[in-house]
Amino acid sequence: MSEPPHPGLRPDLPAGRGREFSVIGKPLPKVDAASRVTGQAVYADDILLPRTLHCRILRSPHPHARIRSIDTSAARRIPGVQAVITGADLPVKFGILPVTQDERALEHEKVRYVGDPIAAVAATDEEIAAAACDAIAVEYEVLEPVMSIDAALANPKDERIQDYGGPNNIHKLVALEFGDVENGFERADHVREDIFFFQGNTHLPMEQHSAIATYVDGKVTLWSSTQVVHYVHRALAKVLEMPMNRIRVIGAAHGGGFGGKTDPFAHEIIVAKLAMITGRPVKCTLTREEVFYAHRGRHPVLMWMRTGVTRDGRITAMHFKSALDGGAYGSYGVASTFYTGALQTVTYDIPAYRFEGCRVFTNKPPCGPKRGHGTPQPRFAIELHLEKIARELGLDPVEMKRRNFVKPMTRTVNWLRVTSCGLDECTERVMKGSGFREREHGPGRGMGFAISSYLSGAGTAIYWNDMPHSEVQIKVDRGGVTAYCGAMDIGQGSDSVLAAVVAEELGLQPKDIRLVTADTDATPIDLGSYSSRVTFMAGNAALEAARKMRALLVEAVEATGRRIDEVSFEEASMLAEARFGTLATAGSYTPPKIAGPYKGSGVGPSPAYSYSACVVDLDADPRTGLIHVNRIWIAHDVGRAINPLLVEGQVEGSVYMGLGEALMEEQTFRKGLHKWPSMLEYKSPTFLDMPDVETYLVETNDPEGPYGAKEAGQGPLLPVIPAVSAAVFDALGVWIDEVPITPEKIVEALRRKDKGEPARYGPQRFPDIPYPTTIKVEPPPKELDRAAAASI
Amino acid sequence: MLRLPRFKYLRPKTAREAARMAADLGPRAMFVAGGTDLFPKLKRRQFEIEALIGLDFLSRSVHHGEDETVLDAGMTLAAASSNANLRANYPGYTQAAGLVSSPPLRNAGTIGGNLCVDTRCNYYDMTYEWRKAAGFCIKKDGDICLVAPSSSRCWAVSSSDTAPVAIALGALVTLAGPDAERQLPVAALYRDDGIDYLAKQPSEVVTALRLPAASETRTAYVKLRRRGSIDFPIAGCAVAMRLEGSTVTSCRIVLSAVASHPLEAPEAAEFLIGRRIDGESVKTAAEIAARPAKPLDNADLNHFWRKRMVRMVVEQALLLANDQKRGPDG
Ligand SMILES: Cc1cc2nc3c(=O)[nH]c(=O)nc-3n(C[C@H](O)[C@H](O)[C@H](O)COP(=O)(O)OP(=O)(O)OC[C@H]3O[C@@H](n4cnc5c(N)ncnc54)[C@H](O)[C@@H]3O)c2cc1C
Ligand code: SF4
Repeated sequence: MSEPPHPGLRPDLPAGRGREFSVIGKPLPKVDAASRVTGQAVYADDILLPRTLHCRILRSPHPHARIRSIDTSAARRIPGVQAVITGADLPVKFGILPVTQDERALEHEKVRYVGDPIAAVAATDEEIAAAACDAIAVEYEVLEPVMSIDAALANPKDERIQDYGGPNNIHKLVALEFGDVENGFERADHVREDIFFFQGNTHLPMEQHSAIATYVDGKVTLWSSTQVVHYVHRALAKVLEMPMNRIRVIGAAHGGGFGGKTDPFAHEIIVAKLAMITGRPVKCTLTREEVFYAHRGRHPVLMWMRTGVTRDGRITAMHFKSALDGGAYGSYGVASTFYTGALQTVTYDIPAYRFEGCRVFTNKPPCGPKRGHGTPQPRFAIELHLEKIARELGLDPVEMKRRNFVKPMTRTVNWLRVTSCGLDECTERVMKGSGFREREHGPGRGMGFAISSYLSGAGTAIYWNDMPHSEVQIKVDRGGVTAYCGAMDIGQGSDSVLAAVVAEELGLQPKDIRLVTADTDATPIDLGSYSSRVTFMAGNAALEAARKMRALLVEAVEATGRRIDEVSFEEASMLAEARFGTLATAGSYTPPKIAGPYKGSGVGPSPAYSYSACVVDLDADPRTGLIHVNRIWIAHDVGRAINPLLVEGQVEGSVYMGLGEALMEEQTFRKGLHKWPSMLEYKSPTFLDMPDVETYLVETNDPEGPYGAKEAGQGPLLPVIPAVSAAVFDALGVWIDEVPITPEKIVEALRRKDKGEPARYGPQRFPDIPYPTTIKVEPPPKELDRAAAASI
Repeated sequence: MLRLPRFKYLRPKTAREAARMAADLGPRAMFVAGGTDLFPKLKRRQFEIEALIGLDFLSRSVHHGEDETVLDAGMTLAAASSNANLRANYPGYTQAAGLVSSPPLRNAGTIGGNLCVDTRCNYYDMTYEWRKAAGFCIKKDGDICLVAPSSSRCWAVSSSDTAPVAIALGALVTLAGPDAERQLPVAALYRDDGIDYLAKQPSEVVTALRLPAASETRTAYVKLRRRGSIDFPIAGCAVAMRLEGSTVTSCRIVLSAVASHPLEAPEAAEFLIGRRIDGESVKTAAEIAARPAKPLDNADLNHFWRKRMVRMVVEQALLLANDQKRGPDG
């Protein structure tokens, strides 16, 4: 590859309109690929500053207990121990959502799950810190643990887990109705009800959480493996009771998050506090077991749904209920609860829709957002539910689903604005690629199909404000171009996207762009790597900043009577610097205000939705229940692939993760304890369990996305799980209405089928839940109204 | 991060020296070969020791003789499973060695270590902190069994993949003690006890595995595990069998991961002698073999399902062995 180092600016503006891209759409390697694969990237645990102390955290051995006393005197006497802190040192509560500030970095009153942090030690080495933790004596008053949704709904034997929410251990209840559901069911020719269960699972990132803090000249600096430097910054300021300007948070090279590093965590606050006390750098890297306790993973969700359809399979009404097992704290739980009911309408045109959601507290590690946040569970339910309805009506399930697909440029009954939508094309691509329609029906061999949709960034920030969600600054000087952005590259490639966008606009290559990212001192804000927002929002911010910079360069060159394509980039930048002084531009992105006029409408809206369709081909052995997945075809409407190599990586990674959830991953508890907080016992697929994946990228050129791009990091996970279950039905004629789909469940379903019982494995009942009075919401006009269209 | 405890590392030059060190130090020391089983357990504080006695002096070769093939105990699983001669003569053994864990662990783990590998239980193979929270059990630090609280013994599961094949083949181990060397059938190396699972003296070093000549013996090993790699067996079956024509003349069937020791199924083997291997005989033999298997709720997947699966692995192993071409009739 021998392109000239600085090919110079192109005359046409803006890039991509009416001409070929030079960077966008090219399968370029990540800008940081070499440092990643050669071990030069510096992860938080790699950082070792002079005089660093090591921190270990004492955690609760009880799922539910009051703390009577904590005696740290023996621990303090151990040589090498420099500081021991308890909850009394960090009493201020925090939490990711403003409405659920219910966590403490260290608990001194009450523990709510095995693994809840109680005390922390900073010592000259980790072994001493661990020994000191073991020497801390805690007296507990053990309380009855609440370990299931049913138990949480019932009157607690002892006290409640949290002192808010209710009744009993209910955390959050919602009830919304859009359109006239009763009338919709009356219009239906056929109505069906189903119950599904999706077991909880965890993110299992390769890199354990790690953080190191210093306290120098009255300022705290924290390097952390986090997805959300900004929210960690806020939480530190709150708990340390320090202004944000005296705290700096830097995202270290990141070894995987998947949503598991999207909350501010106890260890981040603890190392900062210990650094302040000791005046020395303090580091804490969680053990694998502690990562299981930090969790914030997939909620276990029990779901009930009823749908009415016409004879030809058109949906007339849907009623969906969810019950989420939230674990001990709020985390993102309120949002997760809404998400279980939000996106059903974004794939299927549902004219009347009722959603009732409930999250409960249990004595388990808190659940939160994992890839797909709150939507894989209802996606599993709705896809299988529609599949069953189609079969009951004697309709082809694919065709029936297709009849109900949403159309581009519409609003859903719950006010979500749909812009570009490639559902039809995605479906066609996987149908063709897999030969689904012509498949042979052999016993034990089956194919399943499912679709899904996901947000390209949440339309509202986590704490209410009107500021931009992402900001980029660009500086051009004699050394070249530097882009500054708070965005955190968690391996998804957001740095590469920033570089690509800036390079495209300035006529350069990504490797010519220097990046400063995820550093609250040095970069403007980006809210973080969650909700698939970064490419969309930081990409748009970068686009704006880069176009402004380009305009300066063009103006300076044209002032000399030449055209921009007649001078090199260096010359253009020197001319511009001479003319304007320091060259700096900024761009930002604020999502349009498109939320509906009702309480709770903040969860669900996104400037654009991605779409996916998937076919799974598998063998299922009727004697053992063992499944072998042969192949997966997946089509993903990404709007535009800014870098197809990275998009394919995201799609295949999502398929992998979805497959793990479908077949084996589960976070289960025994006697109040996580049953297997270890990478050997918590099963996640290996290379050998991963089938070939055929990926199709569908480009619908979204009107609001940067160059038309939408998300790719989460959506493609969603259809895999129901497609596996549908394929099992195709192969064996039994429904597994519960995730994970393990061999035991298949064998049991087949046994029931042989005995003439319903050929299914899954939950039998949905509990009575005291949902509040339903809030009735008038649906919007279906076609995008002028205001909505204009906001694109 | 979980860290290894501090210990002294001793480096004897011979097996005799190693055995003497072990005899002197008693329970304060353990042998370490590849360390693939031992080191994770030390990090989890499942053993408390002051010293490790390194066995890196053990040879790593294969010696082919007329009556037997001798594998030095220091041979890695990777080397054993890829050795052409072994593959030709003892396919069941090399299959088993090749199915242990994952490539990196087979590159480090030894065949001697695999015979001595600790029994497993998911109440026991956990960190110190987890076990402290769960309540300790008799295998380490406690006084009850958490899987079977009414029982006074430990039911931890024998999880070696190669031991069952070695037993089925009638193999011997060479043991070097502080004063003498002896040979012991592999079948006699194990005890039905989750804690004291080895019948050798703790100071004895396994220096070799001796596989009797088996040019006419068909061997197979079938392993059930959740994933294609890494996982320990949740049921396994080794078969060594001779046929005359298509009639079984001798047979040994040994199960893995269904008891605290490799579980031999002599009644099932007896049933097959004088019979042909066909769908029916295999089914009956498998049913008989599976009867004494007693999986408990201390390993992966539901133990009722695992119990059912024992039949499957036996059937598969018998069919696999039967399909091999061996000896004059092969
Ligand atoms: C993730 C994981 C997965 C695994 N999966 C499997 C599996 O599928 N199947 C399986 O069988 N094993 C499995 N193992 C266990 C282990 O890797 C193998 O059993 C391996 O063969 C052990 O050999 P080693 O040389 O590493 O033994 P070490 O770890 O060195 O020793 C194991 C034990 O044997 C003793 N010992 C070792 N060599 C001798 C000797 N020559 N004489 C006397 N005593 C000795 C040691 O004192 C120790 O008690 C797994 C381990 C891990 C961590
Ligand atoms: S079987 Fe019982 S005693 Fe043995 S390790 Fe497991 S819980 Fe402990």
